[in-house]
Amino acid sequence: MSDTALIQTRGLSKSFRSRDRKAAKEKKTIDAVRGIDLDVGEGETFGFLGPNGAGKTTTLRMLATLLTPDGGEATVAGADLRLRPADVRQRIGYVAQGGSTSEAWTAREELVLQAQLYGVSRAEAEKRTERALEAFQLAEYADRKIATYSGGQRRRVDIALGIIHQPKVVFLDEPTTGLDPQSRAHMWDEVRRLRAEGMTIFLTTHYLDEADALCDRLAIIDHGTIVAEGTPEDLKREISGDVLVLGLGAGAAEPAAAVLRGEPYVNRLEPIDDGSLRLFVDEGATAIPMVLRSVEAAGLSLSTVELHRPSLDDVFLTKTGRSLRES
Amino acid sequence: MKFLRDTWLIFSSQIKLLLRQPTWVLIGVFQPVMYLLLFAPLLKPALSPLGVVSDAEVYRIFVPGLLVLLALFGGLFSGFSLIAELRSGVLERARVTPVSRLALMIGRSLRDVVTLVAQALIITLLSLALGMRVHLGNVLLAYLLLALLTLMMSSLSAGIALTVRSEEVLAPLMNTAFQPIFLLSGIMLPLVFAPRWLQRVADWNPFAWATDGTRALFAGDIYNDKIWQGLLIIVVLTVLSVVWAARKFATSVR
Repeated sequence: MSDTALIQTRGLSKSFRSRDRKAAKEKKTIDAVRGIDLDVGEGETFGFLGPNGAGKTTTLRMLATLLTPDGGEATVAGADLRLRPADVRQRIGYVAQGGSTSEAWTAREELVLQAQLYGVSRAEAEKRTERALEAFQLAEYADRKIATYSGGQRRRVDIALGIIHQPKVVFLDEPTTGLDPQSRAHMWDEVRRLRAEGMTIFLTTHYLDEADALCDRLAIIDHGTIVAEGTPEDLKREISGDVLVLGLGAGAAEPAAAVLRGEPYVNRLEPIDDGSLRLFVDEGATAIPMVLRSVEAAGLSLSTVELHRPSLDDVFLTKTGRSLRES
Repeated sequence: MKFLRDTWLIFSSQIKLLLRQPTWVLIGVFQPVMYLLLFAPLLKPALSPLGVVSDAEVYRIFVPGLLVLLALFGGLFSGFSLIAELRSGVLERARVTPVSRLALMIGRSLRDVVTLVAQALIITLLSLALGMRVHLGNVLLAYLLLALLTLMMSSLSAGIALTVRSEEVLAPLMNTAFQPIFLLSGIMLPLVFAPRWLQRVADWNPFAWATDGTRALFAGDIYNDKIWQGLLIIVVLTVLSVVWAARKFATSVR
């Protein structure tokens, strides 16, 4: 717990009553978030990582005052989430996953109104809008209807709307989901720029490379609980050793896995698809010849071998037993 | 005051959007104007048992009904635009700001009220051109009643829209629920022609009271009890539906 923590949660939890009609009789509840503790420091970019349905968005929506927590406590930007939600709202920005713009308006109109909703005078709202349009490279289209914007441009408007009132912390829910690679790179630059300006950023993503590239610290959430937390480097270091990715050709993954699973130097083994395997080993360089021998002894052939340091995907795999891509 | 400023911000942005497509206001009056021109003339013989002998008298009975109809449906369909805003995330973005929740709702409903008053003006002016004669004071009071009715329908529609959250459910629900209410309100023909049992049922329909009140105002029958009764009923129901919808706004926008 640090003095400058901008977001602090203790035992934050939320459950939903099942909306399934068949299950309605039993009043089944789903524990979406099961007591999480988070500390995000001032100026930090914090990544919240997990598969769909893990509880990322629910947590974010609680912190942004859109959902009332069922249990636990949270302080956001110096205000108690339960007792002073109005103060929290004044101090945070929130950019929803699905976007938040109306096609009938122009970016300029949306930004001016948004600033005014935070109590800013019209003149000041226009001044800030001008700056935001410039900073997000939207000036060129500022007076066109948002209906004519590309996905990347809309996303930039969303983020500009989220920070127009100069919040202390901004929540970005999957800021790059659905963007093409170029827009995604552009968005990363925007996030880095906000960070450089000293803004605290709390973002969710299910892209590991994104978390790796942008975040100072991150937490991995799965089934509503935090399964790992730390800097990307710390987390990668937690998995000792190397990762080998074996390319074996279609259908060969199963028999090869059967052979390799018993080998003493293999710490862990995961099939990627029916033709490739991922092995966690202590030392890649010495493991490769042994793997080669075992595979060939079983009458199989190895077409490719990749050796790499653990990635966040590997971290996720070891922490949750699943690959992010399959979840 | 924050609430007034917030309401004004929401209202003025909604009006700006409306003015960008003013054709909707005109499309909204197209049907009532058609009724006025093509249906009202048929009513003279039908209304003769009430002592109606001139076109002007027909309009004084028919136009108030038309205006109540406009108020009813003008507010009723505001739920659809709300669902669109819900889906686009616009409403959620507003909810993360410190803007007053009541202002979010009232600002939108006032847009419907302004639309209704503009439409009512068009219909009234047209009726005046067709020979109807009314007192200005009475018409203004009738507009107040109609404005309240719109506010009530608009907030009711918003509350229902936030509950069902889908156009596919909202459309049939609205049509089914409001068809009997519409038929039982004496909008097309005064309920004095109705059999007694139908009149007793209609006594429970607030829109029947609103229609009677508006009609009495247009007739210049200012001492008719139906006027204050209609106003009272609508004021109470408007307050209730606004409070309900505002609570929905505060809690249910997921």
